[in-house]
Amino acid sequence: MTRLMGGVLDTLVVLFGVSLLVFLLLAVVPGDPVDVVLGESAQLADRQAMRQALGLDQPLPVRGLQFFHDLVRGDLGMSLIQRKPVTMLIADRLPATLLLAVSAFAVVVAIALPAGLIAARHHDRWPDRAVQAVALLGLSIPNFWLGPLLVLLFSIGLGWLPVSGNQGPASLVLPALTLGLSMAAVSTRMLRASLLEIMSQPYLRTARCKGLGEGAVMWRHALPNAMAPLVTVLGLQLGALLAGAVITEVVFAWPGIGTLLIDAIRQRDYPVVQGVVLVIAVGYVLSNRLADLVVARIDPRISTP
Amino acid sequence: MTTRLALGVMLVWCAAALTGVSAPLHPDAIELTRILEPPSSTNVLGSDDLGRPVLDRLLAGAAVSLLVALVTVTLSATIGIAVGLFAGYVGGWADRIIGRVVEVFLAFPGMLLAIAMAAMLGPGLDNVIIALATMGWVGYARLVRVQVMTLKQRDHVLAARALGRRDLAIVGRHLLPLVMAPVWVEASFGVAAAVIAEAGLSFLGLGIQPPAASWGGMIRDGVRYLLVAPHLVLAPGIALFAVVMAANLLGDALRDRLDVTLRSTR
Repeated sequence: MTRLMGGVLDTLVVLFGVSLLVFLLLAVVPGDPVDVVLGESAQLADRQAMRQALGLDQPLPVRGLQFFHDLVRGDLGMSLIQRKPVTMLIADRLPATLLLAVSAFAVVVAIALPAGLIAARHHDRWPDRAVQAVALLGLSIPNFWLGPLLVLLFSIGLGWLPVSGNQGPASLVLPALTLGLSMAAVSTRMLRASLLEIMSQPYLRTARCKGLGEGAVMWRHALPNAMAPLVTVLGLQLGALLAGAVITEVVFAWPGIGTLLIDAIRQRDYPVVQGVVLVIAVGYVLSNRLADLVVARIDPRISTP
Repeated sequence: MTTRLALGVMLVWCAAALTGVSAPLHPDAIELTRILEPPSSTNVLGSDDLGRPVLDRLLAGAAVSLLVALVTVTLSATIGIAVGLFAGYVGGWADRIIGRVVEVFLAFPGMLLAIAMAAMLGPGLDNVIIALATMGWVGYARLVRVQVMTLKQRDHVLAARALGRRDLAIVGRHLLPLVMAPVWVEASFGVAAAVIAEAGLSFLGLGIQPPAASWGGMIRDGVRYLLVAPHLVLAPGIALFAVVMAANLLGDALRDRLDVTLRSTR
């Protein structure tokens, strides 16, 4: 229980730090957000009224306090361009991003799990080398290039899938593959490394000496012990998927918070930029912490102090 | 074998970058008669949507990516090593505060931080480097800090302290050389990360601005003509892929040779 409380407190401290970083990023921004809304030729009186309305006339610490005060109440401010609450804009787009992230996560699990197992099982033989080579390939292809390549092959060449947008399940396939494949490469490498570490442990040698087959050693002894590092890796990946979705969404014009972020950056709609960055960063922190909790539950060595 | 291939790719990258800055190229010369011209014997990699030669732009882009990678990695490593040495050696409250700051930066997905920084600072080469270094220093700091914390208890460090050596001399002469092996591995992966991140920012329109050439920008411009002129996306993409793959391979080889275990496998 104390451990759980410590974990919650620790998470809150990190979340506070992340929010502070996001606030500071925006507070030190060169240029005046008022110019964005009113244009540079606006009257001085209008500008001052606007500055007051946005709270920009206050000193930095006061603005910081106001920011955290609003944040606790779930208020991320108003969009300068669309004049709507930022939380509403994000809530509109978040389901599409979550759908993309979850689908990509399924791709990651479907590829990384068998690939990591095969590589570790046949360590230093050809299946291992093949998996490693393909993983390195996946690691080195940026998703803003992989996306267009997949479009070239599956949409333009074979005509199987739509090029972009969100018109039904078929349009989810290419963005999910693009986002999932590079993440699968990272996960495969991590899973292989943690399995190999476990397989060099003495208790596995004992199991082999008892006459157990390599398959039984893998399934009964290695894999259950590899679950903890696996869940940690996947937790990291789930969070990274939210961040990686930004570029993938732009490639496929996917209507999620990634395209919302990039549009907001282009329009210099700073409150929206701040809100989206914060939501993604918080999602990243929480998915990592969630993985830690799951690990603590499945691994008695961690859960008992 | 693969290491040699990777070294070869790196050499070609450097040569391309040197050609990009020193040869009389015309990466920005618009020729309306050559719009979307496919590759041919007279126009090796074809022309883009404004009739600009893709080869010239590729070489100019190589110079940009090499410059960004070298400056970013040097800057990130210098800051990260200094912070890590300080926190690890001094310990106490300074270490606790720095540890928290590092934790917050690590809790931020790297590319998101770079995007946010680039968005706030505005586009341009300098700002891309600042944004990427902001994201990059943390890895080095964490690596160095953890090592220094154990290394400073070693006999030779304790002996140096007993002999009355100054802290700066102990850190510089007795600790720094010992922490450099994993730093080199991290730097090698850092080159790959910087090249991908610069291209990613330029792809999003937050990095190098047109008409200047960058591989990410070339891919972004080419995507619109994927159907009629796939060479616009393939040429910069293959270059980018080759360089990133080579940097990753060198990182792997270096790690195996130096027998360094990094916490994260990238």
